[in-house]
Amino acid sequence: MLHAAFLMILLPLAGSCVLAAVGRKLGNPRAGWLATAMVAASFVLSVAVFSSLAGRASNQRSFTQVLFTWIPVGDLHVRIGLLIDPLSMTMALFVTGVSALIHLYSIGYMSHDEQFPKFFTYLNLFVASMLVLVLADNFLFSFLGWEGVGLCSYLLVAFWFDRDSAASAGKKAFIVNRIGDFGFLLAMLLIFTKLGTLNYHGVFAHLGQLSHGTITAIVLLLFLGAAGKSAQLPLFTWLPDAMEGPTPVSALIHAATMVTAGVYLMVRVSPMLHLAQGASLVVAAVGVATAFVAASIACAQDDVKKVLAYSTVSQLGYMFLAVGTGAYVAAIFLMICHAFYKGLLFLGAGSLIHGLHDEQDLKLMGGLRKMMPLTFVTFGVAWLAIAGVPPFAAFWSKGDVLVSAFSYSPFLYAVGALTAVLTAYYMGREFFLAFYGPERWRKSFAARSGEPHDPSWVMKLPLVVLAVASAFAGLINLPFHPAWDFLATWLAPVVGSVLVHANVGTAGRWELAIGDAVLAFAGVGVAWKLWSKRWDRPELEPAVLRAGWGIDAMYDTLVAKTGTALSLFAATTIDTSLIDAAVNGVASAVRSTGESVRRLQTGFVRSYALGVMLGLVLLLVWMLTRAVS
Amino acid sequence: MQGFPYLSVIVVAPVIAAVIVVLLPKSMTKWSGAFGLVVSLGVAGVAAAMAVAFSSGVAGYQMVSRHPWIQGLGISWDLGVDGISLFLVLLVALLFPIVFFGTGKKRAGDKGFVAWLLVLETACMGSFLSLDVMLFFLFFELTLVPIYFIIGGWGHEKRAYAAIKFFVYTFLGSAFLLVGILTVAVIHEHETGVLTFQLSALSHTHLSSTTGILLFLAFTAAFAVKAPLFPFHTWSPDAYSQAPIGGSVVLAAVMAKLGTYGIIRFDLNLFPRASVTMAPLLLTLGVIGIIYGAIVAASQKDLKRLVAYSSLAHLGFIVLGAFALTTQGLSGSVIEMLNHGIYTAALFLLIGMIYQRTKTWQIPRLRGLQKPAPVLAAVFTVVMLASIGLPGLNGFVGEFLVLVGTFATRRWWAVVAAIGVILSAVYMLWAYQRVFHGRPDVEGAKMREMSWRDGVMMAPLVALIVVLGIYPGPVLNRITPAVEKLVHHVKQVETTHVQAVHAAGVASSHVPQARVLHSPTGTGSHHRRSVGNGSRRPS
Repeated sequence: MLHAAFLMILLPLAGSCVLAAVGRKLGNPRAGWLATAMVAASFVLSVAVFSSLAGRASNQRSFTQVLFTWIPVGDLHVRIGLLIDPLSMTMALFVTGVSALIHLYSIGYMSHDEQFPKFFTYLNLFVASMLVLVLADNFLFSFLGWEGVGLCSYLLVAFWFDRDSAASAGKKAFIVNRIGDFGFLLAMLLIFTKLGTLNYHGVFAHLGQLSHGTITAIVLLLFLGAAGKSAQLPLFTWLPDAMEGPTPVSALIHAATMVTAGVYLMVRVSPMLHLAQGASLVVAAVGVATAFVAASIACAQDDVKKVLAYSTVSQLGYMFLAVGTGAYVAAIFLMICHAFYKGLLFLGAGSLIHGLHDEQDLKLMGGLRKMMPLTFVTFGVAWLAIAGVPPFAAFWSKGDVLVSAFSYSPFLYAVGALTAVLTAYYMGREFFLAFYGPERWRKSFAARSGEPHDPSWVMKLPLVVLAVASAFAGLINLPFHPAWDFLATWLAPVVGSVLVHANVGTAGRWELAIGDAVLAFAGVGVAWKLWSKRWDRPELEPAVLRAGWGIDAMYDTLVAKTGTALSLFAATTIDTSLIDAAVNGVASAVRSTGESVRRLQTGFVRSYALGVMLGLVLLLVWMLTRAVS
Repeated sequence: MQGFPYLSVIVVAPVIAAVIVVLLPKSMTKWSGAFGLVVSLGVAGVAAAMAVAFSSGVAGYQMVSRHPWIQGLGISWDLGVDGISLFLVLLVALLFPIVFFGTGKKRAGDKGFVAWLLVLETACMGSFLSLDVMLFFLFFELTLVPIYFIIGGWGHEKRAYAAIKFFVYTFLGSAFLLVGILTVAVIHEHETGVLTFQLSALSHTHLSSTTGILLFLAFTAAFAVKAPLFPFHTWSPDAYSQAPIGGSVVLAAVMAKLGTYGIIRFDLNLFPRASVTMAPLLLTLGVIGIIYGAIVAASQKDLKRLVAYSSLAHLGFIVLGAFALTTQGLSGSVIEMLNHGIYTAALFLLIGMIYQRTKTWQIPRLRGLQKPAPVLAAVFTVVMLASIGLPGLNGFVGEFLVLVGTFATRRWWAVVAAIGVILSAVYMLWAYQRVFHGRPDVEGAKMREMSWRDGVMMAPLVALIVVLGIYPGPVLNRITPAVEKLVHHVKQVETTHVQAVHAAGVASSHVPQARVLHSPTGTGSHHRRSVGNGSRRPS
């Protein structure tokens, strides 16, 4: 079964190619069903590969499949190869699973779009790229997937390209990601120069040959890449803009899968992180800072998707906090749980937007629980899950992260805990604004027929499945008994059986868990108190938070405007007035010396060139005659 | 087919066809474009057969065709192909049929245009295949004339200015080259008593370090202008934008490579020591080109000028890899020459299609083209992504190899060059957004989808972009042996030079090497046989 692993990638890739070729002929909805079937097949396949891997002894759970050599030059041999191990298969499983659900949802959500087949072409290409990213057995092939998902993100954010804001957001997503990719690229150059290989196993086997400084540099450069892809400070500003894309895209790419690629990369190189304590601290600090800043911004957004976008940034910050404090399992655990509940939140938001005919402003929603009961219930589950209310998913996964942070540094824990309260609060605010309070949407809705209602079954089914998953995902890694932490045991061969909570005893864990629950209830309670009845509270939405701390505006001034000015200066002043003028100056100096040259300008240009040609021909003829003689 | 003179046929056939075109009677003039297409397809067929006959593991020249030509002057008809030139020849063979195919009816019936294009093909092929430096020079110069007439005769509004600027500029560079070639040959004659322009012989000429550097600079001047490299590039935006599309394609995709190919083939072979000494200068010019080209490209309002500046950046990568003097770097340069040729040609062809429909390539006048022409937009996207080095497409392979090869020996140059990865995305995506995104306005409304003819033109290029991005192995396996040999040649001379300095004392290295009778390194297979005039002309 393991040998069929490459088909996991090939199926959605083939789907994408077929749709690119004949998608228009297949039309709506057949193109969508084809794409969904491809991804579902890929999911089934990954379940099979997963169980076949699980059937092996735990020290045998690593399998490399080399397909062919990609770039062979001298001692550089980059191959197209897959690494099937517990980490990559965990990723593949939830990526294909969530993707299949969101594909299905999209059939309904995009049903009225004239570019329907193209949407699924991109979506399938995305899944293939994402699987390349997580299944690759070397840095460069992972980088192919890494850039591939970035490309799909660009294409899908700018999907409604006739809207200028969408086009700009797509471009911004790609360019900011490229800043991170610069780090990824340099890290690979450094690794290859020092170790002569880019294969994960090969690199990790020879870490002893690297100096501490080199490892630190590599980790920090990779983290720059991760910060770009996973929207961490200071490179997070593209993600809120990326909400210009269709909502299923936000759910799949900008919540559940692609944005977690940075976390995956960091966990993949955990053997390096382990040896670079200073760099790890940087990762943890950036993570927790991002978590807090983004959560604070989320408290004051009105766009239903922007709240979720900042929330995603914040949750990714938690994951990096986990990675930086050595809790790799907790990072993956949170990533999986987050994929479920954040995917669900976005799909729920999509359901709201769909039901309200493209209205995204929370201030123009309200009281929708009666009209959209299924959306209401599932969104509610997701909210409680992300808030950390026991026994839902994030209670367990975020709890693990906070335990690790606590054992690492009380300060990191304190910021993380404060962010947890904010999380419960801002999600509560969104929940109440949408489903409770006065029905503000009636005013704009009056002109249209009917009332908002729950969507069709293709959209409902994913909501229900993800709601169940969000409620019970904690089961995969329970803390109380060593036999219950399935995920930790499963991942141990890759990330090591690092017991992060070594210095937090069982009693301490219970105290922290109770503390987490209290924090969650506090946030939920405050949100209920403040937002369940009233919706207009400008005093709780300070301008600085609404403007995202002004970070985006600052970049606009510092980078975009300065860059444009610099480019214009280079093009006009340096290139035209300096370099070209110098050339023309020499030319005109020559010109003024002789009448014959002046004739060049007056229409005899051709005769000049013809002269050269004739000269050349005469020369050749002369040479030929000499050769013959 | 053993012994078939592939190379001579490839070089000579187009020019013979050009003569035939000129002699065509008036009634048949309208067929000249079709004739050109058939001939260039035939050449492509021969080139393909040559590529099949090419043995991949061999480092040296293959299918060598060596005939004494003008013995008195030591000039020989000396052609050969190795891994460095193989794919450039194939690139030329591929692009000329596409250019002929894409030529509009009016021009296809124009004898002059077709004939000049055929002459140009001969000149390009000859340049890439010549192993005799003087023969190379003749072909290298010969490229000038047809492209001059193509720009000047069939170009756009400011064609006269662009053509003369291009001509004077490159002609000036070539003057240095000619002097350089003659000097090397004379020095070699002094050393060995044999007057020859054969590269293999001249590459063992012993030059003092100063002479070597001066000659290196003379050669490089011509190549730097031709490529172009910063700061000798200002002719190229004018020439590229004023040339007709076919001319732009050949200029940017093929003729630019004459410069970088010249650097790799002649600079590194003839002046290995000077190449090592002067590497920092060229690396710096390359890196400046990468960054500066990208910055200037961002604010261009003219799509063709934008591609011209982006070429400046890509050529910077090629030079960077060449002077990294590592196997990966140089292999990266060589494959990037091929890849840049493919995607730049594709870009210019697409711009031509836009022009054909909207009568402009000014970015501010274009908008929302993706709506009326989604397929063209999709093809443009693929080509653009190749140009910005997306892994999985062909542009990435060369750039990555160049960076790997450069990082190993010249770390900080590579780091700065890698910034180009970010910048290329900035100017390309911005331009794409301005041209294709948004709602179409007046010019956009005139836009139409690709025709089948356009599709036929683009199909091979797009296919190569994808295939060479995923499976460049067969290409790299043919390039690498030749590159390893060249790197070895440069390194060997460098080390023997160091040994020589140690053996003979530092002072002797300042003595002009031309006067040294026996090379102190013991490599001396090039004894000074005779200096007298008597034996120079054996005939």
